[in-house]
Amino acid sequence: MLELENLEVGYGESIVVRNIQLKVKESQVVCIMGRNGVGKTTLLKAIMGILSPKSGSILFKNDNITKKSPSYRAIKGIGYVPQGREIFPKLSVYENLLIGLEASGGTKKNSIREDIYEYFPILKEFKNRNGGDLSGGQQQQLAIARALVSNPSFLLLDEPTEGIQPNIVADIQRVIRDIKEKSKTSMILVEQNLDYAKSVADYIYVVDHGSIMYESSVDEIKDEDVYRYLSV
Amino acid sequence: MSGTILTLFNGLSLGSILLLIALGLAVTFGLMKVINMAHGELIMIGAYVTYVIQSLFLKYVPEPFFDLYFLLSIPIAFLIAAGFGILLEVSLIRFLYKRPLDSLLATYGVGLMLQQLARSIFGAPNVGVQSPSFLNGGLTIGTLVLPYSRIFILSLSILCLVAIFLYFYRTTNGRRVRAVMQNRQMAECLGVQTRRVDLVTFAIGSGFAGIAGCALTLLGPIGPTIGTYYIIDAFMVVVVGGVGALVGAVVGAFGIGFFNTIFEFFTSATIGKVLVFMLIIAFLQWRPSGLVSSRSRVLDE
Ligand SMILES: Nc1ncnc2c1ncn2[C@@H]1O[C@H](COP(=O)(O)OP(=O)(O)OP(=O)(O)O)[C@@H](O)[C@H]1O
Ligand SMILES: [Mg+2]
Repeated sequence: MLELENLEVGYGESIVVRNIQLKVKESQVVCIMGRNGVGKTTLLKAIMGILSPKSGSILFKNDNITKKSPSYRAIKGIGYVPQGREIFPKLSVYENLLIGLEASGGTKKNSIREDIYEYFPILKEFKNRNGGDLSGGQQQQLAIARALVSNPSFLLLDEPTEGIQPNIVADIQRVIRDIKEKSKTSMILVEQNLDYAKSVADYIYVVDHGSIMYESSVDEIKDEDVYRYLSV
Repeated sequence: MSGTILTLFNGLSLGSILLLIALGLAVTFGLMKVINMAHGELIMIGAYVTYVIQSLFLKYVPEPFFDLYFLLSIPIAFLIAAGFGILLEVSLIRFLYKRPLDSLLATYGVGLMLQQLARSIFGAPNVGVQSPSFLNGGLTIGTLVLPYSRIFILSLSILCLVAIFLYFYRTTNGRRVRAVMQNRQMAECLGVQTRRVDLVTFAIGSGFAGIAGCALTLLGPIGPTIGTYYIIDAFMVVVVGGVGALVGAVVGAFGIGFFNTIFEFFTSATIGKVLVFMLIIAFLQWRPSGLVSSRSRVLDE
């Protein structure tokens, strides 16, 4: 479904990730792990098209999207939940969700599915509040919901539970598992917690210094190999 | 008493003219942060469009229907100015979105070219546009006469304001525009075609300059440099009101309109203008980001 070939990405002159070979199969969940600053977000931004790679290619659904715009990729089915949440602060919660529909043809063709509100009831309650007035955890729920409304076939989730209170973390983890089971959506999930990663992922990549140092299917993973690259 | 009412009306009227010429700029400069010095020339284009339509009506349309030319001019001036806006955006401005100084110089040059174009087509001297008969005369209140043309401009500016407001806050396209202005990158990641949003938004701002030009033909003769008279005022309104805020432009326009009229009433036209300038400078010292400051992320960067 998604295939990264020898990808090299950076900012300006500096190269942050290199030699990335990564594959995500249909309805597979792949976790990317690694210490702070090793280049996980940079990699996701390249997949989404915010950063253009210096070399290498990105294949999505048999289409070489290496040079395509982010909106092209979104319309093609990639949903993105960025690390900073990136909620539109002066748009209401409802309007934020409506912008999420753009990728699937806008409000003329579809509307917000009711099960989104079942996942995150708070979004219905706070429908008319400004996105910028929500708490961090609520914004994270909104960011996930906003990516889900267009029924993406592929989700990029960048540390969706980072810095969020435990009960919302549990909610979000339940939703991610639910999406995996029900809608067969493929995912790349950036995650710091190995136990949770093992519970939801099919395959795990560990990144250090901008390269993939270890990869394994969850069934065969050796914890100590992962921890070698995670411990500070 | 009647003096007070007249001053009040004149202030309101001047404010509405300022609002009308600043509305388009509130979109392109206020919302999109594009410094378009050719905005005045888009106003000029609207004025000349009205002049041409009027001339065509004088020639080809039977007398009783002459007045209709003006009602027709408003949408056509909008469309033609918007068309010029599209040309300008596609050929120049889209390359200069993050370079305000370059865009200032380049659009200033475009403005001069458009002025020359108007001079070649219509000649250097001003031309007069015959107002439609239903706007001649005025509303008589006691000893006062409030010109219909002024009342019309007041209504037109309110109508345009409402239209812009509804567009940005009640339509799908308007929602896209707001999303793009608040977080361009994320909007793009969600599938919004930001290039198209930029183009359409710029065209709309330009179109409203055209409507303003159309209205200005009611106030006096028009010429190739009519835009340069108004461009400073337009920028002033947007800056005083607060870049990025539609409401700010309204308060800015009527505020400047009232102070200008009051100062002129007690002094002279020139001194009144100088006083207004001084007031604005003092005001901007006190509130550099304008009346209604919207600290958008785009601005902070
Ligand atoms: N906009 C930028 N310009 C220049 N360098 C950047 C930029 N963003 C990130 N970097 C650098 O790229 C490297 C990788 O950053 P990145 O955000 O991808 O790390 P990360 O693995 O996502 O870390 P975290 O776990 O903290 O989110 C860091 O050294 C960082 O300083
Ligand atoms: Mg990161």
